[in-house]
Amino acid sequence: MSNTMKTLAVAGAVAAALTAHSTTTATAMSKEKCYGISLAGENDCAAGPGTTCAGSSTVDYQGNAWKSVDAGTCVTMEKEGGRMGSLEPLDRDLPA
Amino acid sequence: MFDQSPPHGLPHCAGVGYKPQHFTQIMENAGSVGWLEVHAENYMGAGGRPLAQLAALAETFPLSVHGVGLSIGGEGPLDPDHLARLKALCDRVKPASFSEHLAWSTHDIGFLNDLLPLPYTQTTLTRVCAHIDQVQDLLGRQMLLENPSNYLAFAESQMSEVAFLTEITNRTGCGLLLDVNNVFVSAVNQQTDPLSYLDAFPLDKVGEIHLGGHDEDTDDHGAPLLIDSHGAEVADPVWALLDHVLQRAGPRPVLIEWDTDVPDWTVLEAQAARAHTALATVQA
Amino acid sequence: MICQDAFTVALLDPSQPTPAGLIDPQGQTAPKRFAVYRNNVAASLTEALRTGFPVIRKLVGDRFFDALAGVYLRAHPPKTPLMMHYGQELPAFLQGFPPAQNLPYLADVARLELAMRESYHAKDAAPIEPSVLAAIPPETLMQSRIALAPSAILLRSRWPIYGIWAANMLDAPTPQMHGEAVLIMRPEYDPTPHLLPAGMATFLIALETQPLGAALDTATAAVADFDLGAALGILLAGGAITSLTLPKAPAP
Repeated sequence: MSNTMKTLAVAGAVAAALTAHSTTTATAMSKEKCYGISLAGENDCAAGPGTTCAGSSTVDYQGNAWKSVDAGTCVTMEKEGGRMGSLEPLDRDLPA
Repeated sequence: MFDQSPPHGLPHCAGVGYKPQHFTQIMENAGSVGWLEVHAENYMGAGGRPLAQLAALAETFPLSVHGVGLSIGGEGPLDPDHLARLKALCDRVKPASFSEHLAWSTHDIGFLNDLLPLPYTQTTLTRVCAHIDQVQDLLGRQMLLENPSNYLAFAESQMSEVAFLTEITNRTGCGLLLDVNNVFVSAVNQQTDPLSYLDAFPLDKVGEIHLGGHDEDTDDHGAPLLIDSHGAEVADPVWALLDHVLQRAGPRPVLIEWDTDVPDWTVLEAQAARAHTALATVQA
Repeated sequence: MICQDAFTVALLDPSQPTPAGLIDPQGQTAPKRFAVYRNNVAASLTEALRTGFPVIRKLVGDRFFDALAGVYLRAHPPKTPLMMHYGQELPAFLQGFPPAQNLPYLADVARLELAMRESYHAKDAAPIEPSVLAAIPPETLMQSRIALAPSAILLRSRWPIYGIWAANMLDAPTPQMHGEAVLIMRPEYDPTPHLLPAGMATFLIALETQPLGAALDTATAAVADFDLGAALGILLAGGAITSLTLPKAPAP
C-alpha cells in the first residue's frame, strides 16, 4: 500500500469508526452489563456455614466427584461444538 | 497519646457494614444509618467501582475502616506491603476510625482468610502489643482492637480474654471494638456467663460496638456451638446484652454487620433502626 | 504449646489429628470445634473461587468444582490478604490437573475470568473524545501512538473462549471449534469481553510498540482484509483509547 493510499484508508477508517460510534455506543454496551459487583472478590469477617463439609473432606483423586463433570455444561458443548473435549493437537496457531 | 476527639471517632449512633449492592439506596436515603463501615482489603485495588463508591461514601458519611487481613496476632512480622496499602487507604479516605481483630490469619504459606484464635499468654501479649504499636505509629492514630468469637480454648492460656485485652489497651493506648455478638457466641461456646465478661470489660476503652447474627450448631458432645456467621438478624439475647452495655457505658457507635446471604437494604436499615432505638433510651 | 505452624498444618489437612491443647469447656480436645476453623478456611476460599470463576463452575458442574477448589486452595492459598486477587494460579493448575485433562480449554477460560476481575479493579483512565481522532490530519495520526486503558486486556486462545463465556453467561448458542481473540474493556465500571475480528489482536499487540500506521501495516500483513475502521470502532465504543501521543514536530 502506498503512503497516499494508506492515508486515505486511515481517514476512511476514522470516519467509519466515528459514524459507528455515534449511532451504536449506548445500545451495544448495555446488553452485556452487570457482572460488576460479582467480580469484586470481597473480603469479609464472617465464619463459614457450620462445622461440616468443606473443611473436613479429604481429597480423593479416585473419588466420584471427578466423574460428576457430567453435571456441567461442558458436556453439551462437547456434543454440539464438535470434539471440544478431546485433546486437540496444539500446533494450531493463536488467532491473529 | 493519640487524639480520640472528633473528627477522630465515629458518631454515637447506628452504622451498617457497607455492601456494594446497597450503594444507590444508601446514597438516596440512609434512614437511621449515620455512618458506614468498610472492610479495608476491599478497597486496596488500583481503581474501578470500589474506589469510586468509597470516595462518594466518604463525602457523605463518617467511615470506619475495619481491617480483616492484618494478622495482628501472627507469629511472623506484619506484612510491610499490607501495612503500606493500609496507610495509603487511610490517608486517602481519612476514616473516623480504624479497627482490626485480635486474631491471626497469615502464615508462611499464605493468607488463610479466617480469624484464627490465640492463646492468652505473656508471649502472645508481647507480640500483639508490638504489632499494635507498629500499626499505630505508622498510621499516626489510635486503632481499635476487636474481641474474637471463640469456638475452643487453649490449654496453655494464662489469663482471661478480658484481662488480656485490658493489658493490651494499657500497654499500647489502643481502644477496643466490643463485638457483643462475639461475647455471646464465645460465652455459649465456652459455657461461661456473658454478663460477667461484660462487667469485667474496660467499657471506657470501647470506641465502637459490633452486632451481628450467628448460626447454631452442636459440638462433639451435643453441646450448643454458635457460629459467628453474620448471616442473620441480631439475636434477642444479643440485643439484651447491648442494652446492658449501653446502660453502663453510655451511648457508643453501634454497627450492624451482615456478610453472608446479604438481605435487602430495608432489612439492614430496620436492624440499624433497632440499634438507634436502643441508643435513644440511654441518651434520654 | 501450639505454634501457628502446627495449627496451620492441621487446619489445611483434615487427615491430621486436632492439635492437643485446643480444648472444650471440659478441658478435652475438641475435634468438632477445631473443624469450625477448618471449615471457615476451606468454605471461604471455595466461595471466593466460585465467585471468581462462574464459567468454570458451570462447565464442570458444582460437585466437580468444589472438589477442584478443595485441592486448589490447599495447594495455592492466597498469597496476600486481598481476596480480589485470589485464583491467579488456577489456569496453570488446571493445565496440570489430572481429572481435567479431557477439558483442555478450561485453563484459557479461567484466564478470561481472571482478566475480567483484573479489569474490574484496574486503575481508572478517562477515554479520549472520539472527535479528537477526526481533528488530527491522517498523516499525523499515522505517526501517533495510541495508548489503551489499564482495564483493557487482550487474550488470545486456541479455543473459543468468548463463545464458551457467552454460552454460559449470556445463554448464547454453543460455540464452534476455533480459536478466538478477546478484548475485555471497561467503559465506566463494568468489564465486558468482546470477540475480536480477524487481525485486531495483531493490531493491538503492534500498537504497544508501534505508531498507528506501522501497526496497521503489521495487522494487514497478517490478515489482508483487516478492517481498521471496525477495530477503531470497537475501541471507541469500549472507551478503551485513553491517550494519543502525536509525533514530535520536526525541528525547524
